[in-house]
Amino acid sequence: MDMVSFLSATVVAGTPLLYATLGEILTEKSGNLNLGVEGMMLIGAVAGFISAYTTGSPLFSIGMAMIAGAAGALVYTFLTVSLRANQVVTGLTLTIFGTGLSSFLGQKYVGQVVPDNVKNFFKPLNIPVLSNIPFLGKILFSHDILVYLSIIIAIALGIYLYRTSVGLNLRAVGENPSSADAASININLYKYINLMLGGAICGLGGAYLSLVYVPTWQENITSGRGWIAVALVIFASWNPYKAIIASYLFGGLDIIGFRLENAVISKYFLDMLPYLGTIVALTVFSAKKSRKNSPPKHLGLPYFREER
Amino acid sequence: MKERVPLISVKNICKSFGTVKACNNINLEIYEGEIHTLLGENGAGKSTLINILSGVYMADRGSITLMGEEIKLSSPKDSIKYGIGTIYQHFKLVDAMTARENIILGQKISFRKMRDVDLKIAELCSKYGIELELDKHVEDMSVGEKQNLEILKVLFRGAKVLILDEPTTVFTPQETEKLFNIMRKMKKAGCAVIFISHKMDEVMKISDRITVLRKGETVKTLIKNETNPKELTELMVGAAIDLSIKKVDAKIGRQILKISNLKVNDDDGTNVIKDISFSVREGEILGIAGIAGSGQRELCEAIAGVRGVKHGEIVFDGEHLEGKNPREFIKRGISLGFIPEDRLGMGLIGTMDMVDNLLLKSYQTEDGILINRKPLAKKALELVKKLDIKTPGINYPIKNLSGGNIQKILLGRELGLKPRLLIMAYPVRGLDITRVILFTI
Repeated sequence: MDMVSFLSATVVAGTPLLYATLGEILTEKSGNLNLGVEGMMLIGAVAGFISAYTTGSPLFSIGMAMIAGAAGALVYTFLTVSLRANQVVTGLTLTIFGTGLSSFLGQKYVGQVVPDNVKNFFKPLNIPVLSNIPFLGKILFSHDILVYLSIIIAIALGIYLYRTSVGLNLRAVGENPSSADAASININLYKYINLMLGGAICGLGGAYLSLVYVPTWQENITSGRGWIAVALVIFASWNPYKAIIASYLFGGLDIIGFRLENAVISKYFLDMLPYLGTIVALTVFSAKKSRKNSPPKHLGLPYFREER
Repeated sequence: MKERVPLISVKNICKSFGTVKACNNINLEIYEGEIHTLLGENGAGKSTLINILSGVYMADRGSITLMGEEIKLSSPKDSIKYGIGTIYQHFKLVDAMTARENIILGQKISFRKMRDVDLKIAELCSKYGIELELDKHVEDMSVGEKQNLEILKVLFRGAKVLILDEPTTVFTPQETEKLFNIMRKMKKAGCAVIFISHKMDEVMKISDRITVLRKGETVKTLIKNETNPKELTELMVGAAIDLSIKKVDAKIGRQILKISNLKVNDDDGTNVIKDISFSVREGEILGIAGIAGSGQRELCEAIAGVRGVKHGEIVFDGEHLEGKNPREFIKRGISLGFIPEDRLGMGLIGTMDMVDNLLLKSYQTEDGILINRKPLAKKALELVKKLDIKTPGINYPIKNLSGGNIQKILLGRELGLKPRLLIMAYPVRGLDITRVILFTI
């Protein structure tokens, strides 16, 4: 097996996971547990694909995928923040809704291929100098534009959360909304904006699958990646930088089955690896508790100022 | 004094929770450079008034004026904008963040100007005599440090009106004295300080004027030098009462609890109880004194069976308690009552109603699979009447009641079981004078 091409493919396979994980990190840092990642990815995937198929514009397709993901998140935010509905139930419902909606809208497009000009737009790009580094150049710097964008988003999210006062306020909203409220932070505004941003990033992750990774339309194109992302958030301990490593690790597990075709190990066992890895990661990392990797304290709970 | 325009004044403020009127036409005037105390029993409306002033609750009716101009407080943001700084009874700090992060929270400060922030904080610290490590995480802080941080937060925002809601409840006398010094300095700087406390000696020591509230209404505003604790208490309660605590003579019986060479660890595994031995006899009250965090909590929990014992013996009426849990206590009829300091954490369940909370300790002794709520519903009604618990009904989630009322339910449940030994940690927290007297009888 060619190690360099395997690792390079790992990065590509990890990219949709990275988008979804980053979207959910932003969501959970606001104190909301949105289990609708899978749904938002699917809505984004179908919106992106249909836009690309009908208009042939890659940027428009990406934009539509993000808007679609954000729209899904908006419904979730309205229900959980404004109406204070149960977050787990609402998130699950969003996943079921997204799955159904994407199958319904995508019915006519099953098996259709992304137009050539869109495919060309997303073909691997070499970055001067960086791509010529032996090994690393091939693994990290010979990819399509969305791979680079995902890394940029990860770094930007890290700076936003840990290096800006807006990010500090956001973390306070997720940790202790009544303290944040007393410090004159507009809780609902913060939640609406960041949850919708999170949804947009998840939608982008879905579009990466339908526009670049596959790139044809098939039903349930995400095949559980949204769920893996929810687990990766915990695995990455809510840290966007760690999310990069975590996503590529699971991207690697995802493709190892194809790459080891002649292996003695059963193919079915290899296909199971990402899911098995998720279970192991969740068990190990939720048992280990420290300040650095503990979830936002108010995660999953509604906030109502006048509650006593 | 009357000619001056009050810094802040409150007129005819009303606020109801369901059918309970927490504030009913409250009037208050507070001037620059004074320490104004709010005094009142549980449910007199002090905390509600504070929450209205800090923008957490919206008043149903009434007006608030700041320096003669009417203002509208619809969120804590408004309150801060008008220079009203509140130190809440339950601290509003983010545990996972450092002191510095908590101070700058919610303000538009560029991270690059952090040095200016540090300078300003250092200046405030030296001006008011506050000591604080800026890089320390809140979860590692003691209560006193948290309190200092809350004060710094308010000072940093440049508050003109400082509200302190029962700040001394968990303080040692030394810590209280430090806090009073800060309050005096703020007063000198021309701020108005609103102070809430249950402790009469503190009220008499620090206040300039005192406003007494009763059942959501303002009774009277008095000048400290023209009044005395007796008058204040009568105004608070609405009747003359005897303040002195009488020690009832009881027959000292046989030894009921014996603790020998007890060793207990705290949550982090640090050994906090190191070799303690004592015994208690029937008809005896044993007081345990010490500053917060000296191991009182761990000792109480070890005796009550909710914390493991590392070493030593706890013998209750000839029976060993170490290694047994509360469930076994109830089963074996070990008659031991426990009032933990954290009433909603360990004592009661906030989202459950009164009946269910009473059931928690007695359902195991019932026969059959199904629970019979009737006898306990009757008992709950009795408690409401006997202890004057202010609640919309016995089927109302208790977390929505005021702290004092929650404490009454807990005390009522434990005392109702007629325990032979009662362990109480800070049992009068949130209770006022009449209640304390009631329970000693």
